[in-house]
This record gives sequence, C-alpha cells and structure tokens, in this order.
Amino acid sequence: MKKILGYLNAWVIAPGEVLKVKVSTYGSERYHADLVRVICGDANPDHGIYREEEIDAPFSGEYTGRLQPIDCGSYAVLPNSPEFTTLDSFTVQAWIWPTTPDKGEQGIITHWQDDPAHGFALLIDDSGALAMKVGDGSGNVSEVSIDKPLATRRWHLVSGLYDAKSGQISVCQEPINVDHENHQAAIATKQINPGKVGTTDSPLMFAAFPMMQANGKPGSQCHFNGKIDRPRLTAGILSAAERSVVAWDALPHERNRHVIGAWDFSHDIGTDVVSDVSPNGLHGYTVNLPSRGCKGYNWSGAEQDWKQAPQEYGAAHFHDDDLYDAGWETDFEYIVPDDLRSGVYAVRLKADDDEWYVTFFVRPPRGTTTSKLAFLASTVTYMAYSNYHWLFHERFSEVTEAMWATLEKTEVFLQEHNELGLSTYDTHSDGSGVRYASRLRPVLNMAAKTPLWSFNADTLIMGWLENQGIEYDVITDEDLHQEGASLLDQYQAVLTGTHPEYYTTPMWDGMRAYLARKGRLIYLGGNGFIWRCALSSEMPGILELRRPEDGIRYRDEEPGESYLEFTGEYGGLWRRLGMPPQALVGVGTVAVGFDASGYYKRKEASFDSRASFIFEGIGDDEVIGDFGIVGGGASGGEIDAVDPMMGTPSHTLVVASSEGHSENTYLAPDECGFNHSAMNGTQNPNVRADMTFFETPGGGGVFSVGSISWSGSLSHNDYDNNVSRITRNVIRRFLDNKPFVMPD
Amino acid sequence: MHKIDPSRMDLVEEFRNNPDGPYSPELTLVVNRLRLMPMADRHILVCTRRGREWVLAKMPSTRGTKLELIEGQVFDEYSRGVWEVFKRRWQTVTGVDLA
Ligand SMILES: [Fe+2]
Repeated sequence: MKKILGYLNAWVIAPGEVLKVKVSTYGSERYHADLVRVICGDANPDHGIYREEEIDAPFSGEYTGRLQPIDCGSYAVLPNSPEFTTLDSFTVQAWIWPTTPDKGEQGIITHWQDDPAHGFALLIDDSGALAMKVGDGSGNVSEVSIDKPLATRRWHLVSGLYDAKSGQISVCQEPINVDHENHQAAIATKQINPGKVGTTDSPLMFAAFPMMQANGKPGSQCHFNGKIDRPRLTAGILSAAERSVVAWDALPHERNRHVIGAWDFSHDIGTDVVSDVSPNGLHGYTVNLPSRGCKGYNWSGAEQDWKQAPQEYGAAHFHDDDLYDAGWETDFEYIVPDDLRSGVYAVRLKADDDEWYVTFFVRPPRGTTTSKLAFLASTVTYMAYSNYHWLFHERFSEVTEAMWATLEKTEVFLQEHNELGLSTYDTHSDGSGVRYASRLRPVLNMAAKTPLWSFNADTLIMGWLENQGIEYDVITDEDLHQEGASLLDQYQAVLTGTHPEYYTTPMWDGMRAYLARKGRLIYLGGNGFIWRCALSSEMPGILELRRPEDGIRYRDEEPGESYLEFTGEYGGLWRRLGMPPQALVGVGTVAVGFDASGYYKRKEASFDSRASFIFEGIGDDEVIGDFGIVGGGASGGEIDAVDPMMGTPSHTLVVASSEGHSENTYLAPDECGFNHSAMNGTQNPNVRADMTFFETPGGGGVFSVGSISWSGSLSHNDYDNNVSRITRNVIRRFLDNKPFVMPD
Repeated sequence: MHKIDPSRMDLVEEFRNNPDGPYSPELTLVVNRLRLMPMADRHILVCTRRGREWVLAKMPSTRGTKLELIEGQVFDEYSRGVWEVFKRRWQTVTGVDLA
C-alpha cells in the first residue's frame, strides 16, 4: 500500500540552513518531489478545509527510487582489536536477564563472521538455551548447548570457555535464585578439534550477530532481548571460582591479570559509549540505544537512582526493535532560502499511486522574528507519539477509545515493518515499555492527510490562522529546549497546539520564566505540560521518557528505573514533581474520552470586566462549541480543569466550563485514588474542561481552553462560529501592547 | 467476562440501526465483548481513502507480518464497514453467522 516514505536531518530549520532529504521507495522505480506549504492537513473531503500551497524549489522533479534498509535492534560494538584476533584459549562471560529466551537464536557476546564461519559466539540457541559456537574459518562450526531453556526475566551468569590446546568447548549458566524458585546451575562440554578459532574481521558485539545490509553497510541480526551486565573476556580457562571473581568484581583485572576486556554500562549512562574498565581500553559504542541506567544483577533496592548507586545499575537493556537513526542516504538537499516565510512545510513525495508528506518547520532567520505571535509546534510531543503502534498492538485499545479499530495505510505499513521502530506509547517485543523515540527515521503519523491527532490536529489551528489573516511565526519545542525564555521573550504572545503534553525541564523553565516576566500564552489544547521528558545533549533527535507511578501511562515503568538516563532527573508527571500544569497555565488534565465531545457554558466570571475582551460578540447564554469535527464539540479528547490544590493561581477566572461529556469519558488515573462506579462524564462532576484566564505581574496573561478538541470546532460554518470568535478575541487582545493589570 | 446470548437478535437489530452508538446498556456489554477479542485474527477496517473508502481486514497474530485484506469487502460508508466488523466478530465469539 505504501510506496514511498522519507525523513529529514531536522524537523525545524532556519533560512540558510540545509535540509537533507532521505527517501525510500517500496516497489516504485521513480518518484516525484515537490515543496509545499501545509496550511491545513485535514484531508477529509466532507470537511472541505484541506489546504496546501506548492512552492517553487530547486529540488522539484523526478528521481530514481531505491529501497533503503533499516538496521533495527540495539547492540554494542567493540571495534576489532589484536586482543580479539590473537585469542588462544579464552573465557567469555556476562550477567544476563533474558526477556524472550524462546524467540530463536540470539547473540549475547559474538565475534563472528559467516561464509565460512569464523570466530566465536556465546548465544541463546533455537531451544532457548545457552550455547557457544566456534568456527575455525575453514567451514567447521562446533556448537555446545545447555539444552535447557534459560529462565525468563531471571539473572544468570553465563560463561563460554574454549580451550585451544585440548579442543574442549564449554558453556555454563549459574542462576541467581529468587526466593521461591530453584533454578539449577548447568554446564555442557564438548570435544572438538583443538586449535585457535578462526580470525575474523568482525568487531566484538554484544546482543547481536553481525550482518551485511542490502546496501553493503554493516548491520546486525539475531538480536538478544533483555539485559546484559558486566560482560567480560579473559584469556585462558577460568575455574568456577575465578569466573565468579571476574564476574562480580567491578575491576576484575585487579584480581586476574589475564582479563582482556571488562565492560561496564554504568559508566557513560546517557551516551552511546561503552567503556572497557580494563587497562586495555577496548572501548566501543552502542547502536540504536539500548536502555541504560537499568538495574543490574546486583541491584539491592536500597537506591532508586542510578546516580547514587551506579555499581548496581550496570545493565543495558537491549531490544530487537530499538531504533535510533535509520541511517538512510540523502537523496537531495535543500538550502532554505532567506525569503521563505516561517511556517509548516513538507517535501511532497509521489510514487505511482501513493504519496507522502515529509513535514518540517521553518522558523524565522535566527536571531529575528517576523511576527508578534509565535505558534509553538509541539515537536517533542510529536516525537513521543512517533510511529504509534498502540492501537493495533494493545488488546484494550478499542475499549479505551470506545471505537472499532480502523487503521490507516500508514498503520498497516507499521504493522508490517517492525524496522521503523516504536513510540513511547508502545511496548517492545519483549513486553517492556518503550523509553526512546527518534525523529531520525520516517515518522508515519506526523504528516498532512493523516488522522487529526498531535501534529495534524495542530494544522487545524494553522488553517484557522490563515483563514483569519493572522500572521504568525512557527517555533518548536526543540528551539525552546535549546534557547529557553530568550526565544519566547521575542514574542508578544505564544500560541500552543492542541496537545503540548511532553516538556523537558529546559522547556518548562523557559516557559515559566517567559510567563513570569511579561509573556502571554494562549493554551489552545488539552493534556498539556504533563510529562517530564528529556532530550539528549549527546545524541540529536531522540526523546527519552520514563513513566513511573501515575498518569495516563499506557504501561508500567520498570521498578527502580524511573531516573532518566539523558539527564539523571527523576521522570514522570510534572504534578508529581511538585510543578503541576495548573500552576503554570491554570488548568491540568482531569479526564479523557474519545467518542464524543462536550460544549462550554459561560460562568459568572465571564462577565467580569477583566474577561470581557474574551466574550465580545458572544451572547450571555450562548452555548460555546456544541459543534465540531472532533467528537462533535469543542470540549473533548483530553480535558483540563482548575484545581487550587494543584496551584491554579488564586486570581484565575474560570470563564466557562464544559458539559455534555460521554459515558466513555473517564477520570484520568492521577485524578482518582481509587476506582469507583461514577468515574465517567455522565456522572462525575469533575469530568469537565475549564476555560480560564489570569493576568501575571509583568503585564502578561494566560488563557487556556483545556481541551484537545477545541481546534476541531474552529472551522465550523466556514470559520464563522463562537469558538473561532473567542480565539480571535483572545489573540487580538494578547497582541495589543496594553499591559494586563493584576487584580487587587 | 460478559457472555453474549446469540439469540438476542433485538440487540443485533439495535446495532444494525445505529452502528455509531451510543448503545443501550445491554448492547454496550455486547460491543465491549466484541472489542475485547484477542488482537490476533481480529476483524478491523483499513481506511484506504480518507472519508470515502474502507476495506475489511484481519489482523495477523504476530508483529511485523501482513494483514489479510478481505476480498470484495470494500465500503463507501464507514457505518456499513462497522456493521460488517460486528457481524464477523459476532460469529467469531458466538459461532453464529448473522449473514
Ligand atoms: Fe497524549
């Protein structure tokens, strides 16, 4: 169904900078590329509001298509060294916590090359058992297996030994028993022809075997799912007692002078560096971001923070569906011209009967602004959602959203192509939660003509701005993360999208400082400012998220692994960190429901002279937003309300509240300490969105609608309606230089 | 888990007349039961033209494998596709063919 996809080196770019366009076709020999400005991405013909504008670009034209492979699955690479190629007898060891021992062959520690087989590999074989194989380079492969499956999610010390003099090859597994189980140690030995294992050009690898990709680049296969801690390579045959010392000791070369390499994942957490703590310095790197800051075999539970007990956080968790950088070749480049106005753009790709929009954001030339109003595109949230599989991976998705699963062509493609990686809403193939989401790969749900969620829902706001003739710059979360309040300070007012859910600490601090000074924020969404997440200062284009404790978290976080590896910060809900969204923007999430939306009614405070600008032209009893293309109303999807306990500023005016929510709209988990039988929108008074306004001491102000579906009502009746009018009233007042005055 | 009574043709009729809901409490129990089938072999819809065309499909049992698109089951109205999904799942869960 899908014939063409692409991605870019950046999601946000300024004039003068270079965009690198990377394209893969799936069965099409040729494709056509053009530049378009995306004005409104809602392609439903019944809505009649889709708008794009072709823009001349030097790259427009025909290209030859090609399939660009993706090497997905995480692993570690230790570049080849004479220490590996001159091995005689040796012992290779690691602590492992296998999560899918029964999935087929999985490399644990490999130094391997096929055709003919060279080298050695400690692996899990097809029967789920620990095995070791050696290849002599002249076609002979010898393998020995324990023949009994490893226990799932249990720690084992696994060792492989090869005695070049006697020709004896052995594997040994020693479980760390949990209280009520009794896994047995086991050893298997085989006699083969003595002699050195064949010398290979391959690196040493953890968690995979090497494989040449279709494009001739080195890649990987037979990935291990699970954790690896303290892998070691030692010359000679270690006795059981020696193996134990080398495995347990953080600096094993101090106990055994034959240690060749002793790798420690508790060093360099937050990076792709793999450090060898032995004097040989055989350092390497990880590929596709295995998770770091993970509990090791020796985790005692005394510390929850990897920074406080790194020696107990020496594990890396590898997954066969991890992906960081798809690594595609660039098809063509585009230098963004100085006169290209700030906005949302796409490289439009067409191949046979398929098309694809590769989205990017153009900000004003660096150091300048071209409007008083900024639209802050929620690119960090787009990243968290990128390549969302939850709808068709999760059995409970239909009852969660009260709908019948209806897949897009893009989702069919994701189902059929694991190599495109997952979103932070998904679980890995081994059932563990996904913590990383990358933009350096095709992202199939950040494009025009996709369903109205996250990015494409935000184009409903862009389409409305265009319709209203309101000028705006586009800036993004990544810009805010890097430049903080100094970026926002350039703007009289900032407009959010429909769902600014994920905030890094620098983004949060930047927004907070902007508002505390003189900033003005129009929060046109719901479920915003919810999760602390992190961007890496080492690796561009990747988001990290951990979901401990509470909230709409889709999956449980692994206990003891709630600290972000990129920053060392504790992850989770901002409200659990003592900085609730209510204290930032007046409202915070109370409920979620996707089948039908409600509408707002004015409240007493809307007649306060402080708020009169909001309701100019709106009748006293007028129902607001009982229409729209998202659930039929302006209050829906995910909705937010005030909460003085959570820090809603005391002078906040609740100018309207919503009603009419469905029985499938439920309180958010963080809003309910105990499930009960009156949690839905037809019964629970807390299931509502509050529309709020408050002034700030610096003459600024914050207006919030507290609803994701607000944007879906803007275009109703050819953009002439009370949701549109209120939004316009607020923007007009917020762009007026006249300071807001704090009430007495 | 709720056990569907396959003789309740009144609930089938209710669904057929109002596939988009909201449903009566009794029909809600049926709908939720049908929405809780295991993902493997679940009949679903694939949107092939926004707002205009949907195709009946069956989910595969493992990640990374192909959906089965059901021959001849193309709908130009979403609610007609949903009715077909309902019938297929009803048959899977109760063994009774509503065709
Ligand atoms: Fe969300």
